[in-house]
Amino acid sequence: MARVNPAFMDSLDGRFDATACMNCGLCTAWCPMEVGILPRQLFRHAMLGLEDKVLGETDTIYQCLLCKLCEVNCPAEVPIAENIRLLRRYVGASLYGLGR
Amino acid sequence: MPLPRKAVIGLMVDNLMKRGSVLPLSRRRATAWARGLDIPEGGETVLYTGHMYQLMPIIAYMAKRLAALENSRITRLMGLGRLANRVVGLSHFMIGVKKSDRQAADRTLRSIAGLLRAAGVEFGYLYGRELYSGTLVYDQGVDDVLAVHAARVRDSLREAGVKRLITVDPHTTHMLRHVYPKVLGDFPVDVHSYLEVLSEKGLPLRHALGRSIVVHDSCVYARYEDTIDQPRKLLLEAGAAVKEPRMTRRQTHCCGGPIESLFPSRAHDIASKRAEQLSGFGCPVATMCPICLVNLRDSANGNGPAFRDIADILAEAFLEGPEFPVAE
Repeated sequence: MARVNPAFMDSLDGRFDATACMNCGLCTAWCPMEVGILPRQLFRHAMLGLEDKVLGETDTIYQCLLCKLCEVNCPAEVPIAENIRLLRRYVGASLYGLGR
Repeated sequence: MPLPRKAVIGLMVDNLMKRGSVLPLSRRRATAWARGLDIPEGGETVLYTGHMYQLMPIIAYMAKRLAALENSRITRLMGLGRLANRVVGLSHFMIGVKKSDRQAADRTLRSIAGLLRAAGVEFGYLYGRELYSGTLVYDQGVDDVLAVHAARVRDSLREAGVKRLITVDPHTTHMLRHVYPKVLGDFPVDVHSYLEVLSEKGLPLRHALGRSIVVHDSCVYARYEDTIDQPRKLLLEAGAAVKEPRMTRRQTHCCGGPIESLFPSRAHDIASKRAEQLSGFGCPVATMCPICLVNLRDSANGNGPAFRDIADILAEAFLEGPEFPVAE
């Protein structure tokens, strides 16, 4: 059973924003990395507070090129690259002790 | 076994905090490109390299070494390497960086300075006071470290009385134009890429290129900074026929560079895919970012088209004389 952390979104600095995502899958189709989960399912996990699932996808989170090819083709104008960067910020601090 | 992210990113973070750059770059090396050009020190308008061109030969060398370690058990020792690096900068021991790569990066910066002069732009250079922008650390989401560094850069510019920056690569342009104001809340400096400046000013043509050039847009210029038309305008004015590849302008395809330090094999795959899209025209490919140039060139391994920095191509058309030699 998945564990939900209700405070997870707050720990993403309040700037994580994927509420407009309608799960159309265009981002996945455009992604040069051809990683299936990125980014729509990943964002769904984050918004649901499924912290363990997000932390289990660190390879995907760090493989993103931040190239924004998905973002310029997103019909809902979700700030995908910045969302990924914010997930890195969280993973880096919580798993790798990165930061000051 | 994938490369250990904690050690690789941690090394870059440690270096930025301790040494002011993700990989140590001596002042002598960072400023070598400007030797003999008599660029005034400081001023209100300065050419800001942000060290990306100067760092690329080192980054490329390090990426190759990391690629050799990928899936090796030696990666387990990289945490120890990070600890050692805190005491002694390990990259000082990177003696395999090719002199020709360093010279090529310097030549491109000289081309940019020459083009700006030819366009009648007056500018200075901060020499040893110039700092790296912190883009590699920002991309990895280490925001609080980036904020400390950005404040350092802002203070150095304030102290030097700089009001306008002319940048030379897309990453530094994006950091200084859009990320710093967001991170610092106050960054009262105008930032323009040299391509934007040249495109607006115009240049007297000396030798029309008279050949086709394929344009590879950088993701950051095209999708973060909307710098798309300027390089095309300059190439057309240089007498080139501009060829557009399958994915171009805002739909450009990444060179793989952003993940080369963590996933070198995947980065190589992405670069190869893009290089294939750019080949088949039978003419050189113009790049606008030192990361794109190195990744695409390395992926083709001498078999693809000639990849060249756009500044070196423009220098052929708009410059002459021994000080700004035609790039090979």
